[in-house]
Amino acid sequence: MLDIFLNYYPVLFKGLAVTVLITIISCFSGTVFGVFLSLGKIYGNKLVSNLVTAFIAVIRGTPLLVQLFIIYYGLPAYGVNFSPITAAVISFIINSGAYQAEYLRGSIQSVSSGQLKAALSIGMTKWQGIFHIILPQALRRVIPAWTNEFIYMIKYSSLAYVIGAKELMTEAKLIASRNYQFFNVYLVTALIYLVVIIIFVYFFNRFEKKVAIPGFDFER
Amino acid sequence: MPTSHLLKIEDLHHSFGKEEVLKGISFSLDKGETKVIVGPSGTGKSTILNNIIRLVPPKRGKIYLEDVEITSTKKINEIRQQIGFVFQDFGLFNHLTAKGNVMIGLTKVKKMDKKEAEELAMFELDRVGLKDFADSYPSQLSGGQAQRVGIARALAMQPKLILFDEPTSSLDPELTGEVLRVMKSLAEEGMTMLVVTHEMGFARSVADELIFMEGGNIVEQGDPEKLFNNPEHKRTKEFLFQLVDLYGEGEE
Ligand SMILES: Nc1ncnc2c1ncn2[C@@H]1O[C@H](COP(=O)(O)OP(=O)(O)OP(=O)(O)O)[C@@H](O)[C@H]1O
Ligand SMILES: [Mg+2]
Repeated sequence: MLDIFLNYYPVLFKGLAVTVLITIISCFSGTVFGVFLSLGKIYGNKLVSNLVTAFIAVIRGTPLLVQLFIIYYGLPAYGVNFSPITAAVISFIINSGAYQAEYLRGSIQSVSSGQLKAALSIGMTKWQGIFHIILPQALRRVIPAWTNEFIYMIKYSSLAYVIGAKELMTEAKLIASRNYQFFNVYLVTALIYLVVIIIFVYFFNRFEKKVAIPGFDFER
Repeated sequence: MPTSHLLKIEDLHHSFGKEEVLKGISFSLDKGETKVIVGPSGTGKSTILNNIIRLVPPKRGKIYLEDVEITSTKKINEIRQQIGFVFQDFGLFNHLTAKGNVMIGLTKVKKMDKKEAEELAMFELDRVGLKDFADSYPSQLSGGQAQRVGIARALAMQPKLILFDEPTSSLDPELTGEVLRVMKSLAEEGMTMLVVTHEMGFARSVADELIFMEGGNIVEQGDPEKLFNNPEHKRTKEFLFQLVDLYGEGEE
């Protein structure tokens, strides 16, 4: 097992770099997208709110793999071509954005409406109140769910191997198909995922504590 | 129509759905005056205050701030900067320190530079006796302290008047005094205030006029002592003495 790691770590780490890159870009862009979706759903007019609701329902109600296939195999029929990695990132951003929008909606609604009223009362516009008062609190509260989303994403980014994006799973599969040591290769791969996730979770938890509001957020 | 009053409310009506909550309220407030509104729960006292700064847009009637008609003005954000509001549940921004709460309106709304805003915030916190708590977060403050931050936040915007909606109702009895004392000193400094409260001690010692409301109408308004001792309506006396029974005379 160790020999597998020693023999193949350059390739595995190259794949890991792609996995991590896909995940980071997708998760962070998904947050930005999710913020817009949740704000549209909560504060938008009826049309915007209904459109966002429908969009989220469709994305959450269909498999990620199908979304990936539509973007990678379906869109070229309409003249839109993406590289495997780009297609993966786009579909992950869309998917993650929809989930994150729902997490965010919950945390936005958990910030007391009295604070928005107070923001208006000192002359802020509704959007100033949302950006300066509501979002800073809602984003803090969404960090645990966001961490979960990141873990989910780092693992589900392996789906990108089905369209041939050269991420960690793709490299692992290539190695195993050459040396036939499926068990060992996949075990090493699993360990790499595990270690990377533990490291990221450690830093996200530290960040969560660092930005916690004294006495208000749950202090551990 | 220009008026010489600081705030003038004319025939204000409001309804939520079919329920008529305000049935034609008129009164005015001159510079430096303090008026207290009392009345049973559900009578529309909060609705009046919310109508004034259009947190709830009124259905009918006119409200003037000096000579500006503010019920229909498009620049409601500018009007709100000129009218402070103190909430029953404080409405403090939980992610900001006491100082941050007072500063944010200055930096984000008035676009004041940070240093200047900080100085003014510290001045206002000092005014409510909370200089030493500038770096505390709302959850680290007692209710009385939190409400005083709420008052400092309103003061910092340098409003022409301040509306108070039951500022001490969610406080433990032993904490109401510190808030009422701050309000009293504001009144003495000449701040114009419109206060909804059950604190009759405060009304009697500070208010220039007491307004008794019931069922969406003003039943009677006038000098607090007159309303207590010699009201036009029997109902006024009944209610006021019932309040004193319930909440006590308050301090002074
Ligand atoms: N947003 C709302 N939607 C529907 N009805 C409302 C709303 N706000 C207030 N009301 C109703 O309007 C009436 C007046 O409410 P308001 O809050 O102005 O009374 P209040 O005199 O301030 O009472 P309290 O002393 O309990 O604060 C009440 O019957 C209340 O139920
Ligand atoms: Mg009320």
